[in-house]
Amino acid sequence: MSVNRAQRVDLEVVADLIPPQSRVLDVGSGDGLLLELLQATKKVDGRGLELSQRGVNECVARGLSVIQGDADKDLQFYPDKGFDFVVLSQTLQATRNPKLVLDELLRIGNRAIVSFPNFGHWRVRFSLLFNGRMPVTRDLPYSWYDTPNIHFCTIRDFVNLCDELGATVEKATALDANGQRIGFSMPWWFWNFFGQQAVFLLKR
Amino acid sequence: MVALRARKTNNEADQPSSPVLRFGADKPLKLDAGTLLSPFQIAYQTYGTLNDARSNAILVCHALTGDQHVANTNPVTGKPGWWEVLIGPGKIIDTDRFFVISSNVIGGCLGSTGPASTNPATAKPYGLDLPIITIRDMVRAQLMLVEHFGIEQLFSVLGGSMGGMQVLQWASSYPERVFSALPIATGARHSSQNIAFHEVGRQAVMADPDWHGGKYFEHGKRPEKGLAVARMAAHITYLSEAALHRKFGRNLQDREALTFGFDADFQIESYLRHQGMTFVDRFDANSYLYMTRAMDYFDLAADHGGRLADAFASTKTRFCLVSFTSDWLFPTEESRSVVHALNAAGASVSFVEIETDRGHDAFLLDEPELFAAIKGFIASAARARGLGA
Repeated sequence: MSVNRAQRVDLEVVADLIPPQSRVLDVGSGDGLLLELLQATKKVDGRGLELSQRGVNECVARGLSVIQGDADKDLQFYPDKGFDFVVLSQTLQATRNPKLVLDELLRIGNRAIVSFPNFGHWRVRFSLLFNGRMPVTRDLPYSWYDTPNIHFCTIRDFVNLCDELGATVEKATALDANGQRIGFSMPWWFWNFFGQQAVFLLKR
Repeated sequence: MVALRARKTNNEADQPSSPVLRFGADKPLKLDAGTLLSPFQIAYQTYGTLNDARSNAILVCHALTGDQHVANTNPVTGKPGWWEVLIGPGKIIDTDRFFVISSNVIGGCLGSTGPASTNPATAKPYGLDLPIITIRDMVRAQLMLVEHFGIEQLFSVLGGSMGGMQVLQWASSYPERVFSALPIATGARHSSQNIAFHEVGRQAVMADPDWHGGKYFEHGKRPEKGLAVARMAAHITYLSEAALHRKFGRNLQDREALTFGFDADFQIESYLRHQGMTFVDRFDANSYLYMTRAMDYFDLAADHGGRLADAFASTKTRFCLVSFTSDWLFPTEESRSVVHALNAAGASVSFVEIETDRGHDAFLLDEPELFAAIKGFIASAARARGLGA
């Protein structure tokens, strides 16, 4: 799995939100990059849930507590407020039922951290508006027919969903195409237009 | 020849090649059957050195027909220990670092008290007079062995199949004594299909006229035919259709054409007959009945009001479960239900499913992904336990 620079910044943004020694569940832990970062820098008690068996086996071989499972099906087995933080990093758009998954994250964790690619980014809009084609960008490299990403949303869509679920946005960060944080003082429309990725800290 | 073999196994039962820990009338073993077993003995092997803090001990639990000879030449078969690929100096479970303990389970036939052992009350082998033994009974006896070494907490408990059941029982019964647990190719209960296969095996043993109601030693016999059939049937369940086909296909055994008879025309027939025949040389038929029964009775959730998560309530043990894609005896779903229960209990758990066509027996074989998982898990647990690299 290749991780480009912008994605690494996204992990750093997530890590910055988590205090040392927290109990963390990383949903969609991939090859364990975030868990390893958190264990090394924050000494967290980290667990992972990952769909791909290859990713899981790699994680376990590297000493991480990761199980094979599906965010859509397996979150129900975790107890209420079992973790300080539940992280869903670049996975929400690939779930079958994002609303239910987000609801589960808020149930399992005292706080949820969600990062996702923003479908409201200007490149995406540009592609649809002028080319009339589904966007294929560096961060969204799939064609419409083979993409695992079946539920894209924009930053504004996501904020609406949080409202619906009664979740409070405690903190939000948007990253531009270069992986730079967009100033917090900027209005939502600006984020929604220039933010390529967004990271939200939620509580309910 | 038959009598000679019988004596040999019988001798291992009473006077094993392994060290033996004997418990007298003052220390009976409390059995789930509601009775006390006393006196009784445990035969065991150890490898490596227990450190001063007594924090580097690993208990290895054996499967249905396994024994305590994990990493030394087996005194009965003359073959290498059954987990020598994994355990030894410089190996994944490094006996230069860890103190590895393995014991023959209660009910077994290689030195721990079992149906082939002499009943002190009658001076004859117990046979079926031995009460039914459960997985929990085996673990209770192992605890007495562990306490004998003055070990407060085992660094790890690991095992596959019936050994994995013991691992789960350890973690459930004595959570504070298990720092990490590695149950492999196992489940929290024996499925209906598994009980069915075991019943076929037991009926095969008991249908052999040489079984004599379990008193075959007294008749100078052993139910070899029945036990061999039991082993043949069981052996099929340890493999997979794909592996059988890859290995044997429809190949003929030492012949050019079918013989139009009931001789072993096919290689697979010859192979199974061989498996059956070699098994009876090393295993006691009554012990096979007791071991299969112990597995059948195992149901960890039932012991906790039907809720498996309650078997692991507030556990601090670190778990790593492993299953194999082609294992149809303990399919991945069995491990997954344990994982879900551990999640519900808030436990630290890793779970690896390994892709292989070698079936249930894969846990005994050289499986690189299995070894990588065990290595990673043990290394991180050792760091957490302060056991250095």
